[in-house]
Amino acid sequence: MNKLSKQQIHHIANLARLELTDEELKIYGSQLSDILNYIGQLREVDVSGVEPTAQTAGLENIFREDEIEEWDKEEARAALEQAPEMEDGQVKVRRVID
Amino acid sequence: MKLNKLTIKQASELLDKGEITSLELTNACLARIKEIDNKIKACLTVCEKEALAEAEIADKRREKGEKGDLLGIPCLIKDNILTKGIRATAASKILENYVAPFDATVVKKLKEAGAVILGKTNLDEFAHGASTENSAFGPTHNPWDLKRVPGGSSGGSAAAVAADMCLFALGTDTGGSIRCPASFCGVVGLKPSYGRSSRFGLIAMTSSTDVPGPITKTAEDAAIVLSIISGLDKYDATTVETPRISRGEINKSIKGLKIGVPKEYFIEGMEKQVEEAVKAAIAKLKELGGEIIPVSLPHTKYAVPVYYIITPSEISSNLARFDGIKYGLSEKDAQNLAEIYFKSRGKGFGPEAKRRIMLGTYVLSAGYYDAYYLQAQKVRTRIIQEFDRVLSEVDILATPTSPDTAFKIGEKSNDPMQMYLEDIFVSGASLAGLPAISIPCGFIHPVRYEKKKEDNNKENKLRQHSMLNKREKLSNGVNGLPVGLQIIGRRFDEATIMRAAREFEQATEWHKKKPEL
Repeated sequence: MNKLSKQQIHHIANLARLELTDEELKIYGSQLSDILNYIGQLREVDVSGVEPTAQTAGLENIFREDEIEEWDKEEARAALEQAPEMEDGQVKVRRVID
Repeated sequence: MKLNKLTIKQASELLDKGEITSLELTNACLARIKEIDNKIKACLTVCEKEALAEAEIADKRREKGEKGDLLGIPCLIKDNILTKGIRATAASKILENYVAPFDATVVKKLKEAGAVILGKTNLDEFAHGASTENSAFGPTHNPWDLKRVPGGSSGGSAAAVAADMCLFALGTDTGGSIRCPASFCGVVGLKPSYGRSSRFGLIAMTSSTDVPGPITKTAEDAAIVLSIISGLDKYDATTVETPRISRGEINKSIKGLKIGVPKEYFIEGMEKQVEEAVKAAIAKLKELGGEIIPVSLPHTKYAVPVYYIITPSEISSNLARFDGIKYGLSEKDAQNLAEIYFKSRGKGFGPEAKRRIMLGTYVLSAGYYDAYYLQAQKVRTRIIQEFDRVLSEVDILATPTSPDTAFKIGEKSNDPMQMYLEDIFVSGASLAGLPAISIPCGFIHPVRYEKKKEDNNKENKLRQHSMLNKREKLSNGVNGLPVGLQIIGRRFDEATIMRAAREFEQATEWHKKKPEL
């Protein structure tokens, strides 16, 4: 199988929102190619008429009442306080549209 | 009597009789951590103050007449499971300063039962690995040989139990992460059926196979912890209400039990002495009344490739939440929103997490989904069907947990493919959601790692064999490295695998061996 090009690796990193160094781009290029060659062996398995598995618990459609549940105030505050920037109890982000 | 060396069962009996207190037990464990964890590096956080306070509360509860198997029992928790008010890092730089705002359901249940949490244990970053070398905070060392890995990803939990820093620990198993380190450290590790114990409050890796479970000193102890942590949870819609497993069920004899031995789990290239030790253990199960039945699981060889498509796919999705906005590392030096994402993630994730995110992103990307992800989920169905068919003919399966024993730190860390192949015997049960336990079944002195040439002459084989049988003190001053026997059962039939594990344990001494530290 062919090797992933530097350009392809760069494209994947971009999709994944990962900043990679030149060194990392090089290493991942060769390592990912090796792994893809290995997992490529799955093509030889005959799966005609086989449904894909989504989960193994055997459960179907778990419903619950559509009710608002008040979470513990102190826990909610502790969760929000982990954000790097806050204003008036809200998480602050940079502008999305330039 | 060294209190930290006790099993849960022994300690709770002494607590019941009022011969010891939880405070004494907790102090003994904390002292052990202080004494040896600078060598083992199993703990990422030790919460001494909180633990001592919990121990005092447990003692008061007992004074008032309350009883319980875990009331006052000290434990450690893998650091990808949330414990309220305590740092939870998942061994990643991106969560280095993250403090858990709430308790995971399994932790909540342990606390209600009165267990005392001593601290949090090391793991491969986000549980990605089989050696604990992928931790952003440095590797954990195997108590049986400090130059070797403890296995992973729950390596800190397994090493801590093996070195008696606690009475039990919690781990998580996604594709072998409880069983592999249990096997490498000579302790018991139980991966429950998917859905038996809640994932709520676990830092998600592969949501379709993640499951929390106990790492203990005996199979009996594993049953005790499982009974506390399992059950339906409204915060995890994949949990299943299952009847409680009674002690009577586990204590039953294995006479007449049908034990399948799949030939695909004894393969070319595996450590010969591991194979011998596991075969000796299977012979023991036969001696105890089990009926040994050769079976075949031809799709076994596809479990690792399926696992390494599904797992990175789910990881690329689950780790998308680490964006430098809501919590975790946030790179300040960024011009715009996109740059915050790129820089925070680039800086915060370690090499294996990045590798898996990249792999998952690739196999899910436009044009590749059918070839990789969909095909993998179909082969997964084949693997499940095959397990279910064989397990309708036999009651349990007995296999090695790992093809080898603990390897040296650094030996495989530069070759991800080599590391992935460590999962060869453990990923199948994960993909199929089946319960599986690893228990100690022997100690060997691996020849391979000493760079000695494989010697096929008869005399040498005999010598190795006698070493195996007599368990004599081995030449390099180490009592050898532990080997794990894996027992896989039917979905939600933990009772039968624990029954076999317990009876094997009663008939052998392997689980009583302790590393010299």
